[in-house]
Amino acid sequence: MKLKSFVAAVCMGLIGTAALAEEGKVKVGMITTLSGGGAGLGIDVRDGFLLATKMAGNDNLEVVVEDDQRKPDIAVQLADKMIQSEKVDVLTGIIWSNLAMAVVPAATAQGKFYLSPNAGPSALAGKGCHPNYFNVAWQNDNLHEAAGGYANDAGFKKTFILAPNYPAGQDALTGYKRVYEGELAGELFTKLGQKDYAAELAQVRASDADSVFFFLPGGMGISFLKQYADSGIDLPVVGPAFSFDQGILQAVGDAALGVKNTSQWNKDIDNAANAAFVEAFQADYGRLPSLYASQGYDTANLLLSAMAKADVSDADAFRAALEAAEFDSVRGDFEFAANHHPVQDIYVREVIKEGDVFTNKIIGTALSDHSNVYVDECKL
Amino acid sequence: MTFILLIEQVLNGLQFGVMLFLMAAGLTLVFGVMGLINLAHGSLYMVGAFAAAAVAGATGSFLLALAAALAAAAAAGALMELLVIRRLYNRDHLDQVLATFALILIFSEGTRWLFGSFPLYLDIPDALSGPVTLPGGIAYPAYRLAIIAIGLVIAAGLFWLIARTRLGIRIRAGESDREMIAALGVDISKLYTIVFALGAALAGLAGALVGAIQSVQVGMGEPVLILAFVVIVIGGIGSIKGALIGAILVGLTDTLGGIALPAVLRLVTDNATATSTGAALSSMLIYILMAGVLIWRPQGLFGAQA
Repeated sequence: MKLKSFVAAVCMGLIGTAALAEEGKVKVGMITTLSGGGAGLGIDVRDGFLLATKMAGNDNLEVVVEDDQRKPDIAVQLADKMIQSEKVDVLTGIIWSNLAMAVVPAATAQGKFYLSPNAGPSALAGKGCHPNYFNVAWQNDNLHEAAGGYANDAGFKKTFILAPNYPAGQDALTGYKRVYEGELAGELFTKLGQKDYAAELAQVRASDADSVFFFLPGGMGISFLKQYADSGIDLPVVGPAFSFDQGILQAVGDAALGVKNTSQWNKDIDNAANAAFVEAFQADYGRLPSLYASQGYDTANLLLSAMAKADVSDADAFRAALEAAEFDSVRGDFEFAANHHPVQDIYVREVIKEGDVFTNKIIGTALSDHSNVYVDECKL
Repeated sequence: MTFILLIEQVLNGLQFGVMLFLMAAGLTLVFGVMGLINLAHGSLYMVGAFAAAAVAGATGSFLLALAAALAAAAAAGALMELLVIRRLYNRDHLDQVLATFALILIFSEGTRWLFGSFPLYLDIPDALSGPVTLPGGIAYPAYRLAIIAIGLVIAAGLFWLIARTRLGIRIRAGESDREMIAALGVDISKLYTIVFALGAALAGLAGALVGAIQSVQVGMGEPVLILAFVVIVIGGIGSIKGALIGAILVGLTDTLGGIALPAVLRLVTDNATATSTGAALSSMLIYILMAGVLIWRPQGLFGAQA
């Protein structure tokens, strides 16, 4: 009898310590693009995220990283695998809005938290919003709305606008048109991944536009800007930060110099968190951080701040801790709107050359404390 | 749509077409002569672009960069043939597809390992930068005109090579009866390596030329590869003439369709719907063209009767 109760006590103890070891642990599944054309973006998000976890030195955070190859079907398979067999608590990492639309609704419906370091499609901000979905970067429309605001300030009256035909591209043009007050000289959707813009440029030339707005992230933007510079079209260009980011500016070269673009982050935002981030990123990876790296870094710090306050197994408390967003964002002030998307300042940047390196500097603020228009549609 | 815009778009379609031709020519030769489906042809395009970007970055000379692209892609192609492809000639197409798909992954990750994931910088030479004014007041980028010229010169050179030289005779003979020319004492394996390297060099040249106006990055070859396959299916497998006509047809259809369809749709529906449906429909146009050709002439426009 004595032995039996001893064994039972030991077992109880073991269970107790096992439970204790689980306490406070968070397993994160990161699905992002690490190969193919859009790899630079995913790699930056991953590196920013991992840098924050390394700097925090928190042993309770475990990160599993997988490559979605920018394919929605692969992203869905990876999400299933991470939820079913890896038993992750939190998912993050997706760059592209079409992939986010394929993964996020199913993941949050299964009670997982999803922290978006990039994609913020309007469908997930409005009617499709979910208590467990948080976007740490922006709602897709935001930077484009800021570009529209800049166009008004700069006195553009007839803009030619173009974007790829996918959810974020549609959000981009909608966002620009929402704030921009002038007329449109033309409106075009291009193919996602398109590299040759000769046909579009010919239409810009044939129109009576006084300016061009475009949203073409990654390699698409490189192609467009180089071809734009070569076409002899001499109109001012404005766009969101995605086509003028640290990762691609060197490949664009002189063609981007002087172009105005809108961003919620830049390396010269003056606060301690940003200075520490820029310095640590350069020391660890040997390159300047990009917008995407800053978003990955903020996502990890948001998660770490929630982990310090609540246990992930208590979903309500953990959600409240995420909503509070008490972390030192590299953007300075940061808070969530009711639909879990950021309320933040959006700046106008100009592409400059520092020595041999092309980079951006902030020249003004396009929109202050900017939220998003989908808040009212979201029933949270 | 004004007349000038139309001419400019036709030039754009031509330029896209001759680029596709450079890709498709190698693919169709390899398929015609060796009966091999080479999915890794897009990787050779990427090798050419990266070699050009690396050499242009080191020396600043665009001509040297083009030479490097030709040499690197030809060398990669010859090496690929000697090490891997050679073992696949007698296998069925499924094995070839599997092995060459593996080569795509190896080339992509190898390039990423060597050059990193971020796009490389390759710019057009100063002499060809900016637009030139054509008769009729059309401003058109000089570099794109140069691409059209280079493509047409190479097409002429290939016709001459196939029709007038001993190598061309052997290639044509290899296409129609490979056992027979082996029996006649032609070193068939050497011929195969040469044809493969020639196709690779053309793909590398296309990669370098296009890399200067687009972006040089890992995975740049695969979208072009798909179009090149469409071209050779339309043109007829193994036919250089078919590849040229098919490429220009695809180039013009894609470019002009992308302009015309939204404009036509705008007549019947509102602007936003026309823009997005037009964009979606125009990206299907070349596949519809391919399906049409396959129904009308299953062997392709210039293919031999099966």
